Amino acid sequence: MTTDELAAAVTKAVPESVTAHEDGLDMPTLTVAAAKLVEVATYLRDKQGKNFLSAVSAVDYLGYGDDVAGYFGTERGRDVNSPGSWGSPMTVAAPAKRFAVRYHLAHVGDGPTDRVRLQVWLDDGEEVPTVVGVWPTADWHEREQYDLMGIVFTGHPNLKRLIMPTDWAGHPLRKDYPIGGEPVQFTDAV
Amino acid sequence: MSTVERPPAPVLPLYEPAKIPGGAPSKVDPPPGADLITVNFGPNHPSTHGVLRLIVTLDGEVVVGLDADIGYVHTGFEKNFEQKTYWKGIPYSPRMDYVAFFANELAYVGAVEKLIEIDVPPRAQWIRMLFAELNRIHSHLIYLGTSAVEMGALSVFFYCLRERDSVLDLFEMATGVRMHDRYPQFGGVAEDLPKGFYAECRRFLAEMPKRIDEYLDLLAGNPVWKSRYQGIGTIDAETAIAMGLSGPNLRGSGVPYDIRRAEPYLAYDQVQFDVITRDKGDAYDRFMCRTLEMYESVKIVEQCLDSMPSGPVMSDDRKYVLPPRHELHTSMESLIHHFKLVTEGFRAPPGQLYHPIESPRGEFGCYLVSDGGTKPWRIHFRAPSFVSLQSTAMMSVNRYVGDMIVVVGSLDGVMGEADR
Repeated sequence: MTTDELAAAVTKAVPESVTAHEDGLDMPTLTVAAAKLVEVATYLRDKQGKNFLSAVSAVDYLGYGDDVAGYFGTERGRDVNSPGSWGSPMTVAAPAKRFAVRYHLAHVGDGPTDRVRLQVWLDDGEEVPTVVGVWPTADWHEREQYDLMGIVFTGHPNLKRLIMPTDWAGHPLRKDYPIGGEPVQFTDAV
Repeated sequence: MSTVERPPAPVLPLYEPAKIPGGAPSKVDPPPGADLITVNFGPNHPSTHGVLRLIVTLDGEVVVGLDADIGYVHTGFEKNFEQKTYWKGIPYSPRMDYVAFFANELAYVGAVEKLIEIDVPPRAQWIRMLFAELNRIHSHLIYLGTSAVEMGALSVFFYCLRERDSVLDLFEMATGVRMHDRYPQFGGVAEDLPKGFYAECRRFLAEMPKRIDEYLDLLAGNPVWKSRYQGIGTIDAETAIAMGLSGPNLRGSGVPYDIRRAEPYLAYDQVQFDVITRDKGDAYDRFMCRTLEMYESVKIVEQCLDSMPSGPVMSDDRKYVLPPRHELHTSMESLIHHFKLVTEGFRAPPGQLYHPIESPRGEFGCYLVSDGGTKPWRIHFRAPSFVSLQSTAMMSVNRYVGDMIVVVGSLDGVMGEADR
């Protein structure tokens, strides 16, 4: 099934859910409205066989592409056989919102794995519904992303910090989290 | 003197598949009732394979509630990767899962290679596959040894460590170090196999199947081992998939999901091996899957030695690959490339990709986002230990405390990887 067909099938089942889709470097990628995420996830699990949630990955796009200048290459990397393609500056596509939460899905069982990625764009303060009810394995995945990236998963049954200490302030994987030189826990300890 | 009346020991059913509890699936709340005691196992408990903390509610000797807590060896690997050029990230990757170090390197290096679209010479692919399988043997030996120690079988631990040392000797021979080798590089491997490696490796391969026979003789039919392992931590296939288990944990439940077969990477489509599955899904089946997988790994390593192609072990794409040392004295371009690659690093095209491989523990995935710069914008590892430890609670409740130790051991979690 091509990405276009998949996007059409999902849109048919859950209207106004898929806002964009692309082939991606590795797997079809569907951009989904946060409000429709659980419906889309349930449809993909029950009707498209995506019974396996590999990972939930959140990305902070604050300042994405700002420090990149003079990239040499074409859109798909570098064409060694046409040196003219080098040296062309390229700007990266601006992200839709600050955060992206990405769900890597696969089919485990008979037949190929047929991986698919769902992505939801979020601004600071926006929340995304939990998919623990669809794939129970999302429990710790979502807690990890909440802990390290500060994404709030609405309806999660146990949304607590998992990796950092429970009284930690801030979310370390955010791009505006200070690195080096700042006082950390136990700085004043003798 | 008064005698204390002991309540009768609860009768525990055998082969009862785990069901996903309501609420948070990775946590089982104790039933409301008197006479419960909450005990804190860990984070530094000899049986928890590292620093895993289990908050256990006990009714007598039976576990009725469990919540697992991780994060005690969190070292911010993912944040560190964002601060390093792609090259400098390679030595970080093996330190996550320090038992399956080579698999971690392969996932990271493979993801970056996919992004920069560099061609890896066939010989390098086969060398990587050889060490990936040696590493699988190493990892399963550690699992077998440590879980046997927990059952009190100390001698098995020594036997396993003896063979593990032979594997590390092979690593040392080719890479110069015993663990955390930084051997795979973008575009190939650092050096070709040294003289004498084939003979040494064949000696090991001739020895290893006999050793695995010995482990099976010691444990597989051992009544004590069977009584401690059979019917413990049972999980059915559907629940296992829903809980995201992978690798031997999933194959023990009868699902033949192996990325080496499902989405062949390296040269796994050119070698013969069986995907070992068992169908009861208990600790014993996971133990059998791992132990029998070592035979398959020996088979793959043998095929690597037999049919490894000759040729270069490193790509000659000088925009990404360090030039050979001798060229630096004679070629200005090589010197420039060397300088630029070491100081600034190379730029990878913008994009995102997810690269899963079959680590000894299951699906180890590297999710990479690039903004076109010399450092990864975001890197996220899908750690199989992290995922499998979620199932500890549902597998352990309504069992004795001793069985909980078996469950944690049989899931084969490595905390360095779970916490990252």
